[in-house]
Amino acid sequence: MNLVTNNKWIGQRTIRPDGMDKVTGRAQFAADTTMPGQIWGKILRSPHPHARIRSIDTSKAEKLPGVKAVVTSRDIVDFTIEKGAVMLGIQDMRWICRNVMARDKALFPGHPVAAVAATTEAIAAEACKLIEVDYEVLPWSIEIEDAIKPDAPVLHEFNKFEGKPSNIVGRLEHKKGDIAEGFKQADVVIERTFTTRPVHQGYIEPHACLISVAPDGKTTIWSSSQGQFMVRAMTSMLTGIPQSDIRAIPAEIGGGFGGKTIVYLEPVATLLAKKSGRPVKMVMTREEVMRATGPTSGSRSTVKIGATKDGRIVAAHGTFYLQAGAFPGSPIRGAAGCSFTPYDIPNLLSEGFDVCSNRSKVAAYRAPGAPIGAYAVECVMDEVAEALKMDPLDFRLKNGAKEGTKAAHGPTFPRIGYIETVEAAKASPHYAAPLGDGHGKPRGRGVASGFWFNAGGESSAQVNITEDGNVVVTTGHPDIGGSRAGIANICAELLGIDYRRVSVIIGDTQTVGFSNLTGGSRVLFASAMVVTQSAEKVIQTLRERAAKIWNIDPEAVKWEQGAAHPASPNAGQFPPLTLEELAEKAPAMGGPIGAGVQLNTQGADGGFGTHICDVEIDTDLGIARVIRYTAVQDVGRAIHPGYVEGQLQGGVAQGIGWALNEEYIYTKEGKVDNPGFLDYRMPVCSDLPMIDCIMVEVPNPKHPQGVKGVGEVPLVPVMAAVASAIYNALGIRFYSLPMSPPKVSAALDAGMKQAAE
Amino acid sequence: MAKIHVTTTINGEPMEYLCEPNDTMLDALRGPLGLTGSKEGCSSGDCGACSITVDDRLICSCLMLAAEAEGHELRTIEGMAHGEQLHPLQQKFLEHAALQCGICTSGMLVASDALLRKNPDPSEEEVRFWLAGNLCRCTGYDKIVRAVLETAAEMRGEIKEAAQ
Repeated sequence: MNLVTNNKWIGQRTIRPDGMDKVTGRAQFAADTTMPGQIWGKILRSPHPHARIRSIDTSKAEKLPGVKAVVTSRDIVDFTIEKGAVMLGIQDMRWICRNVMARDKALFPGHPVAAVAATTEAIAAEACKLIEVDYEVLPWSIEIEDAIKPDAPVLHEFNKFEGKPSNIVGRLEHKKGDIAEGFKQADVVIERTFTTRPVHQGYIEPHACLISVAPDGKTTIWSSSQGQFMVRAMTSMLTGIPQSDIRAIPAEIGGGFGGKTIVYLEPVATLLAKKSGRPVKMVMTREEVMRATGPTSGSRSTVKIGATKDGRIVAAHGTFYLQAGAFPGSPIRGAAGCSFTPYDIPNLLSEGFDVCSNRSKVAAYRAPGAPIGAYAVECVMDEVAEALKMDPLDFRLKNGAKEGTKAAHGPTFPRIGYIETVEAAKASPHYAAPLGDGHGKPRGRGVASGFWFNAGGESSAQVNITEDGNVVVTTGHPDIGGSRAGIANICAELLGIDYRRVSVIIGDTQTVGFSNLTGGSRVLFASAMVVTQSAEKVIQTLRERAAKIWNIDPEAVKWEQGAAHPASPNAGQFPPLTLEELAEKAPAMGGPIGAGVQLNTQGADGGFGTHICDVEIDTDLGIARVIRYTAVQDVGRAIHPGYVEGQLQGGVAQGIGWALNEEYIYTKEGKVDNPGFLDYRMPVCSDLPMIDCIMVEVPNPKHPQGVKGVGEVPLVPVMAAVASAIYNALGIRFYSLPMSPPKVSAALDAGMKQAAE
Repeated sequence: MAKIHVTTTINGEPMEYLCEPNDTMLDALRGPLGLTGSKEGCSSGDCGACSITVDDRLICSCLMLAAEAEGHELRTIEGMAHGEQLHPLQQKFLEHAALQCGICTSGMLVASDALLRKNPDPSEEEVRFWLAGNLCRCTGYDKIVRAVLETAAEMRGEIKEAAQ
């Protein structure tokens, strides 16, 4: 495929199609829709980290005036353990089923055990208190080191690891060469152990839905998610209503970052609506979001890297233990598969261990697993570079993966852009600039790199020409970061018209073909492919129509600047036929003009980034403050640079939060102690500097516009970049996150440079 | 318990509604008043997505009781544009890509407007501290701060309005 050149719209900072609705308050998010006759659903949640449910008595709740329906796990389709995995994408429905509503055991504080629908929220909440649950409270564990002890309470007794019941529910490894031989060649070997805390995706919009089930079973769901088709499929599987009867309408999504790739409320609200005969609305509180959705894993990683004295990495070994929470499925693939991938390492072993414990089921978070692994690997990279007395970017350049490098997770790389990101970082004004005077506050600089796989997968699109000669594009992906703006640019480019004539909307499950999740940095890559092919079909039809009108061969017609032209003087002399004119003539010339394409898209290239971070430390208060930040990334092709930069800046901000403040804190009773935005401290505006972006464009040759996914990579290097900057400032390396003021203060007070664990 | 009858002014229009004694102003806006542009992110005053002004003072509407609006003048995101004419901040947010998911945008705009009314020439630091009560998880704030600073400069007449 040829890359489009001389672009008019691709690469332009156009106004996003959904922007006007969002700056005027019109945009409809999940909680903004109401229906006549609507009632409210509420969930009763387990107070215990681990308890067997002996019985549930809902009779008192059912008798409360205003209560219209009560649901427990008996109402939800069971996916039994014995029958084995039933996969929907990467999710096993056995776990989703039990996460939506506890069956025999409650596995974390906040685990749903029953739900009520009533005429008001207050009555529903009161009814929840009247439900009597008989719990047999069990011993529990939350932290990885507790959960993997030989005598740890086991969440899922059927699971065996090395022949014994265990909370280690999965292991994977990527292997290349022979690490024992490799380390023998090394002049410098550094091995360190790192821990990270669970952190939440932190979307500002709580989960919410409104669901109507008609007496014939026809179901309409308004909810915000990262995939209306996922909502439909999971709701169908858990309620028994066929997919053809469930119309899942995607509301605007108020942030997801991976956390809205599974359902929590929709199957429950559907059953409440079915039982009550009334539309049911459910909206989580922030506390429910923090206790019972996401977050990503806490982790314990050990990384060992060996290099020769000329700076060549000869061997590396990583073991990454990640908390899955209540059910199997932590992102060990991202941790073990991404963390060493920026480097060409001849002997490598990268292992991931999936560990269940009594906290909420992990949900995807931006490059799931990769930032956890990169924090460990990139910090050790920094230490090895220092031991070799090499500039950390030069050390990365010397070992950087490039075309032909065989990655441990499988592929031999095609042309990739990693080296370009390091070179751009090295050449950046930031890297050349002095740190400046902190007036008594130590300053430091750190760098780090990161990789994410990116993804293709199923996408559908329909491109229709309206009767007045404009364009409507329908895709099946919730727009989480500006994908509609990218699609408008691409479609306007291909059709040669002003982008404002292209309306881009997101179809519901019954009006557009199957489209997989918005996740994995796949949406613009995949939807641009199906939109491009649809637009090309439309252009072919337009050429045929013009050919018919001119009575010449369609091959003798070209499409340029929004109109059909004779391809050459030989084709004849005809004034151009514009899109408007051809639309007007459509009824007489063969009917409506439009085309749809559905594909399982292939050819996604991985993404690489390299970051530079400057910090300043207030040694009195232990506050590390990021004072300058530059994110360099190979973005393939920036279709809309404003929203590509937005992805980079947003990812960096989340990483700075993860590095410096964000963490789940648990009480002695095993409950989350900071389930709100006051105590779960995400970065606010005054915490951050401007975040500079350098977009390196190494186009993906397998994509019509050269697109590579950009959303995940920018979170991957951040914690290591911040940690190395703090090390550079203080001479203290932090092997655990977050590097929060109490921890920094304690390390400074201890005055022991090595003891900051 | 009987509902409370409230007479107030919202976005320049006289308004009446009934509320429970424990309803928040955000409940009233999003419920009986149908003004869902103000968003509920936390209901504890930490995220700022429900920011409105009451007699020109910036508040979180989740921290105000609905009954307290009696006799006051409230402004919400729905009152920011004049018909088809966007407020310069709204226009600049669009041009700068200063929004992604948009859930914080209403509150950001209301808060930014309140800042520029008090201080037409804020420094970057003043913008950052003023907006520290409005969480955004998508943008890293960079483009929001730039949009506010550029709007302020434009409103002071220092730079010409960008050609469309």
